[in-house]
Amino acid sequence: MTTVADNGVNVQALLDARDALKSAPEAAQFTWRASSKWQGGVHTNITVQDFFGLGQEQSHLEEATFEADHPEVFAATDKGITPIEYLLVGLASCLSAGVASVAQNRGIQLRSVEAIVEGHHDIRGILGADSDVRNGFNDVKVTFNIDADASKEDIEALVAQSQKRSAVFDALSNPTNITVEVA
Amino acid sequence: MLERGEVANSWRRERWDSLRLLTPNWLSRLPGLRYEGPDPDGYMTVGEVTELIERFAAASSAPVRSGTNVTSVRHTDDGYRVATSGGEIRCRTVVIASGACNRPVVPQFADGVPATVEQFTPFDYRDPAKLPDGGVLVVGASATGVQLAAEIKRSGRPVTLSVGEHVRLPRRYRGRDVLWWMDASGVWDQRYDELDDLTRARRLPSPQLVGTPERSTLDLNALTALGVELVGRWAMVRDGRALFSGGLRNVFSLADLKMNRLLDSFDEWALTSGRDAEFDSPERFAPTLVPASTSLQLDLGSGEIAAIVWATGFRPDYGWLDVPVVDAKGQLRHDGGVVDSPGLYVLGLPVLRRRKSTFIYGIEDDAREVIDHLARYLAARG
Repeated sequence: MTTVADNGVNVQALLDARDALKSAPEAAQFTWRASSKWQGGVHTNITVQDFFGLGQEQSHLEEATFEADHPEVFAATDKGITPIEYLLVGLASCLSAGVASVAQNRGIQLRSVEAIVEGHHDIRGILGADSDVRNGFNDVKVTFNIDADASKEDIEALVAQSQKRSAVFDALSNPTNITVEVA
Repeated sequence: MLERGEVANSWRRERWDSLRLLTPNWLSRLPGLRYEGPDPDGYMTVGEVTELIERFAAASSAPVRSGTNVTSVRHTDDGYRVATSGGEIRCRTVVIASGACNRPVVPQFADGVPATVEQFTPFDYRDPAKLPDGGVLVVGASATGVQLAAEIKRSGRPVTLSVGEHVRLPRRYRGRDVLWWMDASGVWDQRYDELDDLTRARRLPSPQLVGTPERSTLDLNALTALGVELVGRWAMVRDGRALFSGGLRNVFSLADLKMNRLLDSFDEWALTSGRDAEFDSPERFAPTLVPASTSLQLDLGSGEIAAIVWATGFRPDYGWLDVPVVDAKGQLRHDGGVVDSPGLYVLGLPVLRRRKSTFIYGIEDDAREVIDHLARYLAARG
C-alpha cells in the first residue's frame, strides 16, 4: 500500500519558485521589517505586517504584535518575553518549517515535530561585569522529538537538511553586517 | 590538438610536490594504455601521471601542437576562427578540453586579510618548507584542503582548518579501495540525464581522500588526531579578524549521513550482485568528532597565523572564448558536452555525461558519445 505524505506544505509551489527565481534573481530580494515602540522601562512593543518581495510591497494577512520585556529577576515588569528569547522563537519555528518542507519533498509523513531550544547565556556580558564574556549566547542547543514514518537516519537527515537551508540558523551561526542609524 | 605549454602542462606546473592521484593505478587507465606496473593498488605521483600522459600522446600519435596558446575563439559563418600564439586556425568544429580547474577560487573577503599574512593557493603552494614559520590557516576541507592541512601539520606548524560542506569517505571499505566500490557498484556510471539534481552533482566537492602508500583514511577525525584545529566555514573578515560559522556540527552530520547512505548502497549492491561473500563484513565508521569548543574568530593581525592556504576550489577560465555560451556563474552552457553553439563541444567537465567524467579513465565513454555527435554534425553538413 502506498500513501502520499501530506504535511500541509506546498512543496511544488516552492520548487516552481526556485526554478522561476533562478532566472530572476532581482525578484528574490526580500526585505523583512519590524517596527518597535518603547513602552517605558525595558518594555517594548513590536508590530510586524508589511514586507517587500517579488518586486513589490507585500503584506501579511494581519498585523502581528509582540511584547518584549525582561523578567522580574531582572527587576523588570515582565510584560513579554526577553528579546534574546525571540531568537529562540525564530530558530525553533524556522527549523520546524524546514523539517516539514524537507519531509514533504522526500515523501515522509510527519505525525509530530517538537523541539526544545535552549540558549546558554552568561549575563555578565550584558551587565558589563566581565569584559571577557560576550553579550550573546555562548551556544544554542536544539533537541528535536519527531514522530514520522521514517528511520532514525532519515529523520536525522531531515533535521540536518533543515539546518542547511534555514534562514535563522544561518543568521545566528554566521556573522551578519548590521547598520544602526539615528534617523 | 592545441596545448599552451608542454603535454601534461597543468600536471607539470600547477600541482604541489607531494600530490598523488586519488584513483588507484588499475583505474588510472587510458584507451589502450592499462597499468602494467608492480603496484596496481597504488596511487601515481604527479611525475608518474605526467609520464602516463606523455606515453599516451606518443602511443596515440596525437597531433599535438605544444607551446600554442589559444587567445580567442570566434564563431564564423561556417565554423570557428581560433587565434593562437602560433597563428590563426579556421575550423568547422571545436572541442574545448581545457578543464574545470584553470583558476583557484579565492573568496572576495581575502582582500581584508592583513598584508602581514602570506596567502597561497594550490597553484603556488609547493611544499611546507616554503611557507613562512608560524601558524597556518587552511581554508576548505575537500581533497586539497585535508591533504595540505595534514602535510603542513606534519611539518611541525600549528594548523587551523576551516571546514564547510564536505564529502567524507574512508580510503578502504570492506577490504577494497572505496573507489573500487564507486566503480563496481555503478555510482560512477550514473548518467547526467538520470540524476535528480544535476547542478548539485556538478558542484560536488572532491571527497576527503588522499593516495598514499599506506592507503590510510584522511577524514576530519584523522586530522583531529594529528592535532589540526577545526573551525567552521570562514564567513567574513571584520576589523582584521576572521569570523567563522558556528554551524560546524551540522556540516559534520551532513557528511556522516551521506557517507553512511553511500556505504549502505555499496552493501546493498554487494548483496544483489551476489558478491557479498567476496568482501569483509560491513562496517561503519565513528561519527566525526565534534571539538569540545571551536573558535568563532581569529585575530589575523596577532601573528598567530603566518600564512593562509586557500583550498576553496577552482573555476574554469573562458576568457579566450568569444562565443556567448558562458552563463552568469562563469559556467559553459552545454548539454552533455554539446555546447549551445553549433559545432562547439566540451569534454572533461564535472558530470559532463557521467559521474566519472572528470577521471582519467572516465572521459573515454563521454569522448566517444560527444565525438559521435560531432561526426554526425559534420556529415549532415557534407
